[in-house]
Amino acid sequence: MEKRVTFRSTWLPWALIAPQVLVIAVFFFWPAAQTLIQSFQQQDAFGTSVQWIGLENFHNLFNDPTYLASFRVTAVFSLLVAVFGILLSLVLAVFADRVVRGVLFYRTFLIWPYAVAPAVAGVVWMFLLSPSIGVAAYWLHRAEIGWDPLLNSNDAMALVVMASVWKQISYNFLFFVAGLQSIPRSLIEAAAIDGAGPWRRFWTIQFPLLSPTTFFLLVINVVYAFFDTFGIIDAATHGGPGKDTSILVYKVYFDGFKALDLGGSAAQSAILMVIVVALTVVQFRFVEKKVNY
Amino acid sequence: MAAIQLQDVVKKYGKGKHELQVIHGVNAQVGDGEFVVIVGPSGCGKSTLLRMVAGLEEITGGQIQIGGRVVNDVEPAERDIAMVFQNYALYPHMTVFDNMAYGLKIKKMPVEEIRMRVDKAAGILELGHLLERTPRQLSGGQRQRVAMGRAIVRAPQVFLFDEPLSNLDAKLRAQTRIEIQKLHRELGITSLFVTHDQVEAMTLAQRMMVMNAGNMEQFGTPEEVYHSPASTFVASFIGSPPMNLLKNAPGGREGAILGIRPEHIDVGTDGWAVKVETVELLGAERLIYGRLGDEQMIIRVEEGGLSPEPDSIIHARPREDRLHWFDAASGKRV
Amino acid sequence: MVERDRFLSVLTHIVLIVGILVVAFPVYLTFIASTHTTQDVVQVPMPLVPGSSMMDNYRAAIFGERTGGGSHAPVGRMMAVSLFMALAITVGKISISLLSAFAIVYFRFPMRMTFFWLIFITLMLPVEVRILPTYKVVSDLGLLNSYAGLTVPLIASATATFLYRQFFLTVPEELAEAARMDGAGPLRFFKDVLLPLSATSTAALFVIQFIYGWNQYLWPLLVTTEENMYPVVMGIKRMISGGDAQIEWNVVMATAILAMIPPALVVMLMQKWFVKGLVDTEK
Repeated sequence: MEKRVTFRSTWLPWALIAPQVLVIAVFFFWPAAQTLIQSFQQQDAFGTSVQWIGLENFHNLFNDPTYLASFRVTAVFSLLVAVFGILLSLVLAVFADRVVRGVLFYRTFLIWPYAVAPAVAGVVWMFLLSPSIGVAAYWLHRAEIGWDPLLNSNDAMALVVMASVWKQISYNFLFFVAGLQSIPRSLIEAAAIDGAGPWRRFWTIQFPLLSPTTFFLLVINVVYAFFDTFGIIDAATHGGPGKDTSILVYKVYFDGFKALDLGGSAAQSAILMVIVVALTVVQFRFVEKKVNY
Repeated sequence: MAAIQLQDVVKKYGKGKHELQVIHGVNAQVGDGEFVVIVGPSGCGKSTLLRMVAGLEEITGGQIQIGGRVVNDVEPAERDIAMVFQNYALYPHMTVFDNMAYGLKIKKMPVEEIRMRVDKAAGILELGHLLERTPRQLSGGQRQRVAMGRAIVRAPQVFLFDEPLSNLDAKLRAQTRIEIQKLHRELGITSLFVTHDQVEAMTLAQRMMVMNAGNMEQFGTPEEVYHSPASTFVASFIGSPPMNLLKNAPGGREGAILGIRPEHIDVGTDGWAVKVETVELLGAERLIYGRLGDEQMIIRVEEGGLSPEPDSIIHARPREDRLHWFDAASGKRV
Repeated sequence: MVERDRFLSVLTHIVLIVGILVVAFPVYLTFIASTHTTQDVVQVPMPLVPGSSMMDNYRAAIFGERTGGGSHAPVGRMMAVSLFMALAITVGKISISLLSAFAIVYFRFPMRMTFFWLIFITLMLPVEVRILPTYKVVSDLGLLNSYAGLTVPLIASATATFLYRQFFLTVPEELAEAARMDGAGPLRFFKDVLLPLSATSTAALFVIQFIYGWNQYLWPLLVTTEENMYPVVMGIKRMISGGDAQIEWNVVMATAILAMIPPALVVMLMQKWFVKGLVDTEK
C-alpha cells in the first residue's frame, strides 16, 4: 500500500527519520553486528586479546552437554507454557463469549495479570510455593504431595511454568475473545438450525475458524517463553536447581555476565537470533492469511 | 401436515422500565405447502418474527405451532426447519458438499443417503460442478444457491428465508426470484420469506403478511392486498408509484381518507382541478405530479398521451369502482 | 447464544468466576502477606486474612527501613525510577515512531524502503538477544547507572513505528489533498490532522509501552549497579537474594503489591484502548 499524495521536501523526511535511525543504529544494529562478530571470536574477560576462531564457538556449543541440555529445557518449558497458556485461556474465552451481560466485568478482572512484571510474578509464585514458607506448598505437603523446587527439577519447572502461564493467560484470552467475536453470528445460528449442539458447534465451526488465532498465539507464546520469562526464571529459581530451569536466554546472561565467557555467550546469542528470526518469518508468512467469510 | 400457526405472538425486549415491545400480537395461519411472504419497511419486526419461528429469538408471549406442535420451548434443531440467511452463512472452511451435508451428518444419516440427497439438491440448483469448491471461490449468486441447497437437503417441514436476495445485484435478484418460484413449485414445502421489497413480495407470495411497527396490518393474497388494502399503510406501501391518499378531495366524506391509485385516474375535460407541478417520463408511461387543493397527488398516463406543462391545470377523474375509503383517525379501511 | 439451557448459563458464570479467582489468588495472598509481621508470614501456614501490620510494612518498604537480609533500597525511590523509566520509554518511543512513520508514509526520498526494512528488522530481535554488546555500547558511552542508559536502548525497536505506519496508510488521501489545497505544509498537516486522528493508537501504545517499560528486568539488571538507580521490578528480586540472613517476606510482598499497582491501574483504566491496541497491533 502506498500513498498517492505525498509531501515534497528534500530535508524534512531525513530530519524526521533521523532520531529513530540514530537510536537503532547505535543500540540495535551495532550491538547485533558485534554479537555476530564476537560469536566468531574468543576473547578474555578484559578484552586484551582477541582471537578469530571461526565456527569454533558454535562447534563447542553443540558439543557442550550443558548447552544441549539448555536447549532441551527451553523446548520443554516453551511447549508447556504455550500449550497450557493456550488451553486455559481458550476455555475462559469460549465461556466469556457466551456471556451477554457482564462481559466487561470478567474481562477487566482477567486481563490485569498482563500488567504484572515477570520478575514480580516470579517473586510472588516463588513465595507461594516456597517449600519452607509458602502457603500453597504447605497445602501440597498436607495433601501428601512431595514438593521441593529447590531440589527437584520437575518441581522447579512446574513452578516457573505456572508463573509464566499465569501471566500470559490474559494476553491469550484477549486474542481468543477477539477471534471468537469475529466469527459471524449467523454461522453459529446456521449450525444450530442444522442441528449442532454447543459442543459440536465449538469443534466443527468455531475451533477451525479460530485456527489463525491459535497458530498466531502459538508463535507468540513460544517467543514469550523464550525471552520474556527471564525475570520469572531469575526471580524464582535462578535457573536451578543446577541448570535445570536454565533456558537459553538465561544461559546467555549467565555465561556472559557471570561466567564471563564472551565468545560463547555471543555465539549463543547469535543462535537465538536465528531462532527468533525464523519464528518471526513463520509468523508473518503463515499467519497473515485471514479467513474470509 | 405442516402448517404454521401464530397465535397472539408478542415480542418484548428488556425488563421493567426499559421494556420495549416490538411485536404486538400477531395472529396468522400458514397452510401446508403455502409460500408466504412477510413484507414491511426496516424495523417493522418481520425478521424478528421469522427468527421467533426459527427459534433464534425467544417468544415473549403467545404461541407458535409448527405442524400442529407448539414449539415455543423447542430448540431450533428440533423444529425440523431450514433457514436461508441474508449473508448466506456458509461455513467458510468446508467445501460446498460438506456445507450441504453438515446437518445430515449430525443426524447420523448413512453416507450413501447423504451423497444421494446432496447430489439431488445440487442437480436442482445446478451446483454439481461446484461441490468440491469452498465458499471463497464462489460468486454471490452461487453462494446463495449453496445456502438454498443446504436447506433443501434437510427436507424440512418449513423453509425460512431471511431477506436472501438483498445482497444480490438487480439482475441476479430477478433471476434468483424465478428460481425460488420454480423450487417451490417442485418441492411444495411450506415457506416463510421475509423481504422489505414489495415487488419481491408481490411476485413471490401466494399470500403476504404486511407488517408495520410490529403490527400485522394485512394478511392476504397479492390481489387482495393490492385491490383492497386494509389500511392506509398497506395502501401506500404496496404499489409503485404509491396510492394517492387524499383527506380533502372533492366529493369526499367527512372523517375519511379517499384512496385512488395513480393508474386509476383518467385525465379529461371534467373532474378535479389539479395544478401540474412536474411531469416525469418513464419510458412506457408518464407520471404527473400535481396539487389538488393543498394536497399532492400523482397521476399515471400512457406515454403517447397527455404531456401537460408545469403550472397548467388539468382535470382528473378517478374511476368510481377503484375508490378506497379509509377512516381518517385509524387509517383502517371502511 | 442460541441455547436457552440454564445449566450451560450457570456453568459459564461458574467457570469464569473460578478463572478470576484462580488468577487473583496469588495476588490476594501477596496482599495478605504484606499486612502481617515477618514472623506471621514465615510461619506456615500463613493466615489467610489481612493482619494489622499494613502501615508498618508499607512504610518500611517505601523508606527502606528494614533489618533483614537482601537489598535495602527504599521502594519509594525505586518506584520513582520505574516511573521515570516507563514514562521516558513510552514518550520516547511514541515520539520517534510518529516522526519516522510520518516520514516513511508521506514522503518520497531515496532509500525510503531501505530504511523501512531496517526499522522493520528491529521488530524481530528483543533486547535479550543482544545484551552483551548493547551493554558494552552503553558502558562505552558512559551511560551506566544513568536514566539515559536505562531508557534509550529500549526505544530502539519498531513496534510503534509499525503500528503508526499501518494506521497512517488507512487515513484517507483526501485529507492530505485538502490540507495541501488549504496551504498547509507537511508539519502543519502532521500536527493538526494526523496527530489528533492517531489519538486512539497513541493511547493503546501508551498502555503497552508503559507496561513494557515498567516491567523491564534484564536490562536494568545489567546497566545499574547503584541501588538508587534500581527500578522497583528489579529491586524486588534483589531483596530476596540476601543469602542466609532472614528475608522480611512481608515487606517484600508489600513491595510486590506496590510494584504491581501503577501498571495494573494503567491497564484497567485504559482498558478499552489497550484491548483495541493489542489486537490491532499484532494483526
